[in-house]
Amino acid sequence: MSSTKTLQDLTQQDYKYGFVTDIETDTVPRGLNEDTVRLISSKKGEPPFMLEWRLKAYRHWLTMTEPTWANVRYPKIDYNDIIYYSAPKSAAEGPKSLEEIDPELRRTYEKLGIPLEEQKMLAGVAVDAVFDSVSVATTFKSKLQELGIIFSSFSEAVREHPDLVQRYLGTVVPYSDNFFATLNSAVFSDGSFVYVPKGVRCPMELSTYFRINAADTGQFERTLIVADDGASVSYLEGCTAPKRDRTQLHAAVVELVALDRATIKYSTVQNWYPGDKQGKGGIYNFVTKRGKCAGAGSKISWTQVETGSAITWKYPSCILQGDDSVGEFYSVALANNYQQADTGTKMIHIGKNTRSTIVSKGISAGHGQNTYRGLVKIMKGAAHARNYSQCDSLLMSDTCGAHTFPYVEVKNSTARLEHEASTSKIGDDQIFYCRQRGLSTEDAVSMIVNGFCKEVFRELPMEFAVEAQKLLGVSLEGSVG
Amino acid sequence: MLEIRNLRARAGGKEILNGIDLTVRAGEVHAIMGPNGSGKSTLAHVLAGRESVEVTGGEVLYEGKNLLDLGPEMRAREGIFLAFQYPVEIPGVSNMYLLKAALNAIRKHRGQPELDAIEFLAMVKERMKLVEIDQGLLNRAVNEGFSGGEKKRNEIFQMAVLDPRLAILDETDSGLDIDALRVVAGGVNALRGPGRAMIVITHYQRLLNHIVPDRVHVLAQGRIVTTGGRELALRLEEKGYAGIGNDTHGAAAPAGVS
Repeated sequence: MSSTKTLQDLTQQDYKYGFVTDIETDTVPRGLNEDTVRLISSKKGEPPFMLEWRLKAYRHWLTMTEPTWANVRYPKIDYNDIIYYSAPKSAAEGPKSLEEIDPELRRTYEKLGIPLEEQKMLAGVAVDAVFDSVSVATTFKSKLQELGIIFSSFSEAVREHPDLVQRYLGTVVPYSDNFFATLNSAVFSDGSFVYVPKGVRCPMELSTYFRINAADTGQFERTLIVADDGASVSYLEGCTAPKRDRTQLHAAVVELVALDRATIKYSTVQNWYPGDKQGKGGIYNFVTKRGKCAGAGSKISWTQVETGSAITWKYPSCILQGDDSVGEFYSVALANNYQQADTGTKMIHIGKNTRSTIVSKGISAGHGQNTYRGLVKIMKGAAHARNYSQCDSLLMSDTCGAHTFPYVEVKNSTARLEHEASTSKIGDDQIFYCRQRGLSTEDAVSMIVNGFCKEVFRELPMEFAVEAQKLLGVSLEGSVG
Repeated sequence: MLEIRNLRARAGGKEILNGIDLTVRAGEVHAIMGPNGSGKSTLAHVLAGRESVEVTGGEVLYEGKNLLDLGPEMRAREGIFLAFQYPVEIPGVSNMYLLKAALNAIRKHRGQPELDAIEFLAMVKERMKLVEIDQGLLNRAVNEGFSGGEKKRNEIFQMAVLDPRLAILDETDSGLDIDALRVVAGGVNALRGPGRAMIVITHYQRLLNHIVPDRVHVLAQGRIVTTGGRELALRLEEKGYAGIGNDTHGAAAPAGVS
């Protein structure tokens, strides 16, 4: 049918953000050994505890093997053929203001539409931009400082707030956690650090844009967000990457800590280069994201829109330790062409009356393979825990796949769990109905897909929701209803 | 307004329409009746531009233009509206959103300014009265969880908002109880006017007690076998399709008709 063909055209638009910025970089030699780890640590001027931690991780990593349980296929990665550190040269001198930033870099940001200029900053988004591995600009800092909020690059936090970093680093994702997280612990280059003190509600969305740039540079971001008693913060992470032929590895770690009655909302729009239509190139995204609701009545909410990467391996999770704590996971994952996504969440209920919600929307198109993998675990002490899970899959071609692996472990009989799942194919009937009302096929598809994702999009901050719709790659326009 | 000449079409590997001739003028209401499988819905789908139906011969002129050259959305924008027999559900897309997008696509095509949210709402409020539709229904996802009657009522409501020149009602009466039928028919009658033509496809005469047609056509085996005034429908009710088909053309009556 011709509408099927149009669907294919629509879902196979070229990656629009494929450009490379030519900037001198300061890189360490290819390969991984203890010297690489020491070199990275010394380049960043880290205190001894940090180096020790990295080395412990590195030594542990040597004893581990790469996991194979995920429903993804990719050629073997040669970890000795990766450059583990790369910083834009101009960052070494440390820019004091935006004017000092390499103009080439600023043009890149402009192409990406990142609001780095003063005027745009007034729009209310503070940006900690990670260009390759070093943060080059941090804005709104002074305003946040007045409230006692720390929002800085991870390296800066290690230097200026070593006590805070040491207290919380690895408390949610220990250095020995898993193959990719352990690798990250050894060689992480930079990332973001947020600390919101007791009783403070962060008045603006904190936002970081990551971007892989230098060729063959593995990216190892590390983010740590701590919300102290009664604090709240909303954090946005957005990614686009330039077009490259060689596959690039990305192994990030994000740790969230919510103390008593604290709230953390973490939103991601991920658009790493997915590879071309034949499945060549593209980013391998192996990410460990986990939050701990350490305090009573705390809440952690993950919202993700995953449209990019050749491979996505990602399970933003919540450890619900505090009594009455709440965990949420809202996800839209798109797998198009030859993309493979294996993503989901883990909700670990430890405290009493803990509640969790999982809403996962998988969209498969072309030859894409989309897997939802989730675990809901109710521990013995988690009396009256509740979970609601909903996993919906939308198929847009005859050659794609949707898979669902929901795991449940319940050790307390007072727990209540609900699970709903659906799989649907975008229907010629639906498209025809919309066209009969005067809409183009393109608008019809965008409306239907948009409707399918609505429950997730409405969790995103407004501007981000708009970006998310664009990034779905099916030119979704306007917001639904 | 509409001129169908010797139209032939196939779907699912079967010839369904075997040479339809039909002329509809502005202001007229035509009823098309016929047994199951006679091609009534296929005719509606051909007029609306459904791609799963293949036109194998003949032509359709709509306001002088070759209709078969236009895609479904262009036909809609040119003023053709199909009230579906089985309206589809579109989860997550609100009725109001779809309708506003549709109306503005049509207005844009006509060179009229698009309506903003407030103007649109005002218009909706006014048209709602025609079909006694509940505001709550409009804010829900398109047809999702609607009863059969609500779906049909929603179709007529959409028609009232989109203001078509040629409306095709595909078995709008099926699945309606008598009260809902009266409401839907009332909406349709309110929309009758000198500038608008309607083709009402129905299985049963009872709808035509409420929507009084100018012409009645009986379709059998993909052809119009007889045409008459309103009294034809009444005769059908009495004698069944078999009797009518034999009456006029002497064509063999389709087997298994009720």
